[in-house]
Amino acid sequence: MQRYSVFAVAREAMRQHTGWHRAWASRAPRKSYDVIIVGAGGHGLATAYYLGKNHGLTNVAVIEKGWLGGGNTGRNTTIIRSNYLQDPSAAIYEKARSLYETISQDLNYNVMFSPRGVMMLAQTEHEIRGYQRTAHANSLQGVQTEFISPQRVKELCPIIEIRGPRYPVLGALWQARGGTARHDAVAWGYARACSDMGMDIIQQCEVTGVRSENGQVTGVETTKGAIGCNKLGIVVAGHSGVLAEMAGFRLPIESVALQALVSEPIKPCMDVVVMANTVHGYMSQSDKGEMVIGGGADGYNNYTQRGSFLHIEETVRALVETFPIISRLKMLRQWGGIVDMTGDRSPIISPTPLGNCFINCGWGTGGFKAIPGSGWATAEMIARGTPGPLAAAFGLERFREGRFIDESVAAGVAH
Amino acid sequence: MSARLPKGGRFLNRSQPIEFSFNGKQLQGFEGDTLASALMANGQQLVGRSFKYHRPRGVVASGAEEPNALVNLGTGRRLEPNQRATTTELFEGLEATSQNHWPSLEFDVGAINARLSRFLPAGFYYKMFMWPRAFWKHVYEPFIRQSAGLGKAPNARDADTYEHFNITVDVLVIGGGIAGLEAARVAGSSGAQVLLIEQTAQWGGRANVDATLIDGADEEHWIEATVDALEDMDNVRLRTRVMGAGVYDHGYVLAYERLCDHDPQDGLPRHRLWKIRARQIVTATGAIERPLSFAGNDLPGVLLASAQRDYLINYGVSAGDRTVIVTNNDDAYRTALMLHNLGLEVKAVIDARAEANGPLPVAAREAGIRVETGKAIAKVKGVARVEGVAICAQVGEGAVLDEIACDVVAMSGGWSPVVHLWSHCGGKLVWDDAQAHFRPDPGKAPIGADGHAFVHTTGAASGLLKSDEILQNAHDAGADAAKAAGHKPKRGKAPTAASPDEAPIEPVWMMPQGAGHELRSKMWLDFQNDVKVSDVQLAAQEGFESVEHTKRYTTLGMATDQGKLSNINGLAILSKSLGADIPAVGTTTFRPPYTPISMGAIAGEARGKLFQPLRRTPMHDWHEANGAHWEPVGHWRRPYAFPRGSETVEQAVQREVKNTREAVGLLDASTLGKILVKGPDAGAFLDLLYTNMVSTLPLGRCRYGLMCSENGFLIDDGVIVRLSEDSWLCHTTTGGADRIHGHMEEWLQTEWWDMQVHTANLTEQYAQIAVVGPDARNVLEALGGDIDLDAETLPFMHWTEGRIGDFDARVFRISFSGELSYEVAVPASQGLAFWNALLKAGEVFGVMPYGTEALHIMRAEKGFIMIGDETDGTVIPQDLGLHWAISKKKADFLSKRAQERDHMTDPDRWQLVGLETVDGSVLPDGAYALAEGRNENGQRNTQGRVTSTYHSPTLGRGIAMGLVLHGPERMGEVLKFTNIGGAPIEARIVSPVFYDPEGKKQNV
Repeated sequence: MQRYSVFAVAREAMRQHTGWHRAWASRAPRKSYDVIIVGAGGHGLATAYYLGKNHGLTNVAVIEKGWLGGGNTGRNTTIIRSNYLQDPSAAIYEKARSLYETISQDLNYNVMFSPRGVMMLAQTEHEIRGYQRTAHANSLQGVQTEFISPQRVKELCPIIEIRGPRYPVLGALWQARGGTARHDAVAWGYARACSDMGMDIIQQCEVTGVRSENGQVTGVETTKGAIGCNKLGIVVAGHSGVLAEMAGFRLPIESVALQALVSEPIKPCMDVVVMANTVHGYMSQSDKGEMVIGGGADGYNNYTQRGSFLHIEETVRALVETFPIISRLKMLRQWGGIVDMTGDRSPIISPTPLGNCFINCGWGTGGFKAIPGSGWATAEMIARGTPGPLAAAFGLERFREGRFIDESVAAGVAH
Repeated sequence: MSARLPKGGRFLNRSQPIEFSFNGKQLQGFEGDTLASALMANGQQLVGRSFKYHRPRGVVASGAEEPNALVNLGTGRRLEPNQRATTTELFEGLEATSQNHWPSLEFDVGAINARLSRFLPAGFYYKMFMWPRAFWKHVYEPFIRQSAGLGKAPNARDADTYEHFNITVDVLVIGGGIAGLEAARVAGSSGAQVLLIEQTAQWGGRANVDATLIDGADEEHWIEATVDALEDMDNVRLRTRVMGAGVYDHGYVLAYERLCDHDPQDGLPRHRLWKIRARQIVTATGAIERPLSFAGNDLPGVLLASAQRDYLINYGVSAGDRTVIVTNNDDAYRTALMLHNLGLEVKAVIDARAEANGPLPVAAREAGIRVETGKAIAKVKGVARVEGVAICAQVGEGAVLDEIACDVVAMSGGWSPVVHLWSHCGGKLVWDDAQAHFRPDPGKAPIGADGHAFVHTTGAASGLLKSDEILQNAHDAGADAAKAAGHKPKRGKAPTAASPDEAPIEPVWMMPQGAGHELRSKMWLDFQNDVKVSDVQLAAQEGFESVEHTKRYTTLGMATDQGKLSNINGLAILSKSLGADIPAVGTTTFRPPYTPISMGAIAGEARGKLFQPLRRTPMHDWHEANGAHWEPVGHWRRPYAFPRGSETVEQAVQREVKNTREAVGLLDASTLGKILVKGPDAGAFLDLLYTNMVSTLPLGRCRYGLMCSENGFLIDDGVIVRLSEDSWLCHTTTGGADRIHGHMEEWLQTEWWDMQVHTANLTEQYAQIAVVGPDARNVLEALGGDIDLDAETLPFMHWTEGRIGDFDARVFRISFSGELSYEVAVPASQGLAFWNALLKAGEVFGVMPYGTEALHIMRAEKGFIMIGDETDGTVIPQDLGLHWAISKKKADFLSKRAQERDHMTDPDRWQLVGLETVDGSVLPDGAYALAEGRNENGQRNTQGRVTSTYHSPTLGRGIAMGLVLHGPERMGEVLKFTNIGGAPIEARIVSPVFYDPEGKKQNV
């Protein structure tokens, strides 16, 4: 792989940047692979990457209907945190967060992970108790968080109005090592590393069917022809239900639009990520200077990647109230992504009723932060044929058994 | 140098000078100026710095597409960053400062980035800054953040207010140029409700600048007459300064009105957000001229040819003394001719086409203007502004043939229809080879719920560039829209216009076509974000082949203008690099809003006290006046406690508990949900909804009921009251009232629609007061009335109605505290009077009001669970020892099957117990009980957790409830609980009922 470094950039500057290689190869599909991953988003690419890196499986294709990283990986608000309540969630999100710490070096691609700190505001007595509980749980889970006072909130983020008037800030759950990363770069960095390991990333290739024999998967049909495989990983977020139907099973999933927006760029005024769940909004400032804003998901199922303006309004209202200075900033752009929601709002990382077919989905509104951990756990499951400890609790059978991993008490609506 | 002409300027009122300042310098403009025109009139060519390289920037456009001329407008509570000078109308006292430089606009240290630009190509930051690892957060990123961003962050609360406005119309016409006016006129003639909006302050659009004869007269006459005619129609509304911001599903349109940006003042809302529901929409949003890509095209002094005409005609401002025009079409010759006619020098027209023989070029030549065909600009000369151009052959590599001294370069690369609003909701585009632009594909319009198109497009926005065609098309579009909205337009004749013929445009995406890297790295595509031709080519070289990849990798089109000037040019470069056709590469997605709209406008009136509705019980004001310490609960506020004198809140809570237990207390329980369920099937319905048997509840009786989700988890609890044969009153938690009412309706409407049941949420119809404590009965009896309150007539868990004192009342003998307790409901209008009457009657008994925290403590002392404390969405009634409330007789109810699943019947589920610290202290909220070892993921094992914890004034020690593994079988065992920052705390497992376990006190 062509190494990226300041020296490489300097060298290329001297020859007008003519020497840069493609970040990832563009190849036609081969006849068959050991493993096919459907979906070249962050989770799919990370799964492929760790299949190669951790398990030595490199005869792998990642198939993508559109352009890689073009789904929720490129549409989220880039927040990374692991201050989850339930043990299985904390384990996989903290795994992901800790991998993010070194991912730029691992991939030789700067994904700009910025551990600037994430705070979740407590604005009711109920939220105080919820976040205190999370802090206790995190202290046993190896996740560093603390419950901080309103004064500390104000120090860390001077533009917050902590006195209300409607919902004064009563404290916050603070994860200093949470933060943000450049979302596109995560997909691109993984894609480049996968391509370098000899894997094929095949874009503009839609899966139209899943082939099987005797209850075992044998390949997929695509708009670029049939491709065989020994194992299949379905990692397609909002379209999981569609792929599952092709593979002959159903998922406890609903697809809804989740929207986000950014302001015009301004000079730095906010160095942390703030989530305010009572009022339904969260905000951070990108390195470009835009205020990056998100809120609750739409209330109805859809696949359009557009949302209703109602939710934008609700979110902006909440944030103007929380950060009064943004009133005179302008909304530059709004967009939506399709998120796949499970009944307990936790993901599915699971074998499926079809042999050697595995699925990773259901990340709902919180998938970006999990990408490295999700890829790690999914790769382990595909390589071994059975889930490892990180994925074990996220099996499909939990819905049948009632073994939910419900984060609602801690996660509220927002991720 | 740019300057004001001695006369001219259609928009100007030269008798009304306006004082304003730029970077502290006092300047003068006229009424009717924009900030951009006024700055140019004052010779201020340099207005800002670009984002990445901090390059000097001047005005390049005259409208919403402007990427360069952004300023900090105003100060303090009226500071607005990134305000476009081209759309900012000048007002007296306007204060603007330029952005993104230090220490000054003229001398900016950040301009070093431009010198280093060869080291900073597209995406350079993905390839470096990785080592040492800690440097990203502490060194590189802070540096990048500091040099990025544009305007200043405001640091004060906004002084202005905003509002929303809702309207439904048959036909919405967006754009007040001749196309929009004609479409509105025809639609209006049908009697349909029509709304016509225009983003600027003037009607007529470009027609005014490019003098067009309409129906044989000057366009001004027709525009004026049409506006008059529209104003005379009762069914038509016209609004200027209202921009169509976004088109959403089902004909929902957002429009953004700038009410007093042009005249800031207190008392008027600054912006108004229009929420329009339109049956049919006509977008007549015009077109935007494209720049050309030649080296040095970003220098101040280079601007769009059409913008130069706008400044001349509308504002009487010339961009400079000596203009070179560079073009690939005939339209730019209009600029040449206009300059010439105004006596301004046109040094040359550089036309990239091999020949230019249309009427306009011919007229230019006849006027003596030098026209160079087949030529291109090799390079613009100058450092901080245009000083001249070097000319070369378009087909070559840039060998300089000639140099021309000039101070303005006016460029025209053709016109791109404004297709944003068409595209927001799924309208598709088609590539028009002849015009070299994307225009709406009329066959693929946004489709409404009825399967029919609901957006029409006309005028330049539809790709038409000749006035005659525009008017005919607009006439038809207006008629079609009215018809589709169910009205009959009066078919008259479309007005006619005379437009000179124009020779075809020749697509020119790079100048000269064989330019080498040196030149390509100086050809700007995105002026604000500093994206150059070489950057897009690098992206393609590195495999960022999707247009979305290129956009994200290079930041092309992601600036505040959202690529209005840059996208098509960038796209063309990309497709060329990939050897693909432009339509095959496609565009990025058009997202609302068309131009940025203020957060204030989106939030509207909902700020401060109006942020969310505040629900108030009838006694709210009494609580406020009597020192309530408030707690937000849903949209309500409830008194947490009523501190007296110098008491702390904690002391008040302890006093309130003691007083209630020993004498008598009053609780405002009005916020508790009260849902009436009535009908022949009400009993059967409630049997399905609650885990308990409800239908058999005798008249006059109350029963504690549980509701679970279909997944088995406990979601709400409360007392159910049998009011009559076919009606029940269901109490819910305060936070649950609306949710549970919705839950009931959802089941009734979607699953059990055959049941004859009505529900009504009566929460706010009653004031409900809990009279609690040993003297509760005495207080009520002191008020008199016709209700017999004694234990035999009104036993525990019974209810009755009648009069207490002068009040109509329902009295429920229920208790959430373990004390003798009556909850009394009176009509909401009588609530405060009843509350006062109770206080007065209770005075001799020492009555005191108590708040939510005393309520919580008393219920915890009694071992009663609280939804949201003991439950968190993962807890089933069986975990809480509430088996008794789950019917074994009923065939089915919500959660029955769910609770039979493996994990629900697992004996290892944590169970409710009481917890008592060994040392009497209070356990921390949310603490976990430690177990031995770690799980497979390295996390400490746990065996329980605290769900509620308080200091009990009754017992004088800390008490808690919690869920513990095999808890009820482990009475007396001591567990260790987490204590952040300290040693674990030991607590003993005990019964959760700490107070009066026999229940004697509540049953007297």
